[in-house]
Amino acid sequence: MIDETLVDLSRWQFAITALYHFIFVPLTLGMTWILVIMESVYVMTGKEVYRDMTKFWGKLFGINFALGVTTGLTMEFEFGTNWSYYSHYVGDVFGAPLAIEGLMAFFLESTFVGMFFLGWERLSKRQHLASTILMALGTNFSALWILIANGWMQNPVGSEFNYQTMRMEMTSFAELVFNPVAQVKFIHTVSAGYVAASMFVLGISAWYILKGRDLAFAHRSFSIAAGFGLASILSVIVLGDESGYEVGDVQRVKLAAIEAEWETEPAPAAFTLIGLPDDEAQETHYAVKVPWVMGIIATRSLSEQVAGIKELEAEHEVRIRNGMIAYKYLQKLRNGEETPENIARFNELKKDLGYGLLLKRYTSEVVDATEEQIQLAVKDSTPPVAPLFFTFRIMVACGFAMLLIFAASFYYNARRQIAEKRWLLRAALWGIPLPWIAIETGWFVAEFGRQPWAISEVLPTFMATSSLSSSDLVISMSGFIIFYTILAVIELWLMFHFARLGPSSLHTGRYHFEQSDPTAELSGSASHS
Amino acid sequence: MLFDYETLKLIWWGLIGALLIGFAITDGMDMGVGTLLPFVGKNDNERRVVINTVGAHWDGNQVWFITAGGALFAAWPMVYAAAFSGFYFAMLLVLFALFLRPVGFDYRSKLDNPQWRSNWDRALFVGSAVPPLVFGIAFGNLFQGVPFELDEFLRARYDGSFFALLNPFALLCGLVSLSMIVMHGGFWLQLRAENPVGERAAYFGQRAAQLCVLLFVLAGVWIAFGIDGYIIGQQPDPNGLPNPLGKTVTTATGAWLNNYSTMPLTLLCPLLGLAGAGLGWLFSHRQRPGLAFTASALSLTGIISTAGVSLFPFVMPSSLHPASSLTLWDATSSEMTLNVMFWAVLIFLPLIIGYTLWCYIRMWRKVSVAEIEQHSHSSY
Repeated sequence: MIDETLVDLSRWQFAITALYHFIFVPLTLGMTWILVIMESVYVMTGKEVYRDMTKFWGKLFGINFALGVTTGLTMEFEFGTNWSYYSHYVGDVFGAPLAIEGLMAFFLESTFVGMFFLGWERLSKRQHLASTILMALGTNFSALWILIANGWMQNPVGSEFNYQTMRMEMTSFAELVFNPVAQVKFIHTVSAGYVAASMFVLGISAWYILKGRDLAFAHRSFSIAAGFGLASILSVIVLGDESGYEVGDVQRVKLAAIEAEWETEPAPAAFTLIGLPDDEAQETHYAVKVPWVMGIIATRSLSEQVAGIKELEAEHEVRIRNGMIAYKYLQKLRNGEETPENIARFNELKKDLGYGLLLKRYTSEVVDATEEQIQLAVKDSTPPVAPLFFTFRIMVACGFAMLLIFAASFYYNARRQIAEKRWLLRAALWGIPLPWIAIETGWFVAEFGRQPWAISEVLPTFMATSSLSSSDLVISMSGFIIFYTILAVIELWLMFHFARLGPSSLHTGRYHFEQSDPTAELSGSASHS
Repeated sequence: MLFDYETLKLIWWGLIGALLIGFAITDGMDMGVGTLLPFVGKNDNERRVVINTVGAHWDGNQVWFITAGGALFAAWPMVYAAAFSGFYFAMLLVLFALFLRPVGFDYRSKLDNPQWRSNWDRALFVGSAVPPLVFGIAFGNLFQGVPFELDEFLRARYDGSFFALLNPFALLCGLVSLSMIVMHGGFWLQLRAENPVGERAAYFGQRAAQLCVLLFVLAGVWIAFGIDGYIIGQQPDPNGLPNPLGKTVTTATGAWLNNYSTMPLTLLCPLLGLAGAGLGWLFSHRQRPGLAFTASALSLTGIISTAGVSLFPFVMPSSLHPASSLTLWDATSSEMTLNVMFWAVLIFLPLIIGYTLWCYIRMWRKVSVAEIEQHSHSSY
């Protein structure tokens, strides 16, 4: 029988470690390009202030990067340690992009990150810039392969189940790589990372401007962040991964849950701005709807329908019943009754095998499921709506708030009025957490919205765990929480410490805290511009 | 398709081995350096000399480990699944130890506070010494069989405790692993750190080389007379679909040495392990650190291949249910995945080795206390 506590604890541990890892990754993704921009300007113009900018923001990047590497190790281990049946069942497909990520991306990033930090004296200007660019490329390729792996969990293309090896096997590497879900996820996620890094640089630079410190340095940093940030937030919003929600059954379920669309509405469907989704009654109370909007966002057309949850559940019931038959034939085949008829019948039904496995939660035999158990499995086949509905709206709200901040920053910066707009500088500073809220809620929407599946339509999450005991998980999770809390405290302390010091931490003698008379600093840093 | 399935399986056994050897030579080197950190650096500047010999490279080196893990997942998913979940707390111990390295290297010299720095030095020591020890212990347990079995749906169930892993033979293997890593790190420091740090490291490297030879021979004798090796009775067609439950397995004392009599050329592996360590000691003693480091890299190659060749074709024998043992024939991915991954390795590995060498060459110098003092704010 399934140990529900073990499953819950395994999910909690994975969620905690993945969300924690995902605090550091987005900043790395974006900071590397910001560093490339700053260093390119330095190499092209030879102005010292741009080298100082590269080094200082590189310092903050490094504090973040160390924890990104540390917590990334966990992710590499955790599929094997805690999701061992998953690893066996889909390793043939899922393992490949992870391994290629190491070979193509992580080696590049990690090798040249060392050159970025310690190679200033030993490389020529161009060689150092090339190292920075390779580091940025490596980081972003890394995201590409991870999202190809994740895209396959959401929409498992290019693969099929093999009853002889009891696992999913790759049938087309190209389909895996060009999975449309993976492609939109990649664009959406890296753009979100660029937004996070831009907000980070924008907010801290705004603080220096508010304090009247290191103005030449701060204004230049602010300009780069405003421009890069505006482009990135537009990319996140316009190329939001909603466009990936029309492929694959589970993506359709996720979309219906995000929108709390219980019934299939006539096209183009209305967008529920806000309301109170009720999973029991399957309706949304106090819904405020905007006509047409959802149909247009989700399908990019006026005529295509967006399926509602009730309709999807009805489809799932059919597939669960088919899955039971598929399971019966699987047992026959595994018991050696490999007649051509049995094989043909199994192949016909095996796309629904995963739905049959949903019954394992209620009966280990699957084929003997009662009507009541089938109905329970149908209920399980869609995720709870309310958490998805709200987290999605938090993410979108943060996105639009950032759009306003970046647009205003870009506009007033272009008109050279930014120093007077203190409200905007304060908004930029206090807006620093916004991208992280959006990114973490976005992760939640994508992965919680995939439930009850580990691999959509293929492997239920509750089957994917390792054969461990709940107490093993309690011990390991306590270890992670203690370790991660200590590391977070140290990281944040260092980050605040160096952000407050500003470019003075470079010990060049040119910045605020190194001036014997702090009022002379304004003209001092201006002379280097 | 260039190769048939059987050949691909064999190639992947070699590639996983090559990735592990790459991991030992590169990341093992900076783990050796980290282990020696408290012993060869007598003051803060000297310890910074030690750290900065690997400062620009530890992160790239670590990717050998991550890629070996990823390749295991892709090429031998069954082994990845059974080993990582079976050795649950051992893996977590390695993981938590590894946590200390990236932050240790990056954060240590960011503040001047001596307490802060000495705490990170301890963290770097633990993070560097624990993983090689545990990896050796894990290999020691592979030789004795791991208490796991597979059910009809190939779900691995492990039936043992963390403390059972810490048996005498496994601890011996852990020490073999740690001593070879310390030897390697010691010769690296002799090569790249100015005296007196280099001198002290050479001393420890030479002692570690001697210890490594001694312990390695001892482990060999133990395997010959005290450990049950596994033998495959009936093996399904190696070209067929992987089915870990399709074979029969028996055990016999000393059987882990059978491969050396059927394929005498494989004796080169343990010989290389011993000769490498011996020559490393000799070269280091004669003040030829470059040759000593090369010899220790060869010794690592020999010792790790000895483990692989002895176990061949087993990868993870099962003591609980020997027929569940995983071999390189029946724990692999599909032919297509092995093929795709083979090409990925073939394309990227030469590139990786190329740019890694470029970086080492650009950063090549003897690190001195004078250099650290001059770049006090930009070095690690």
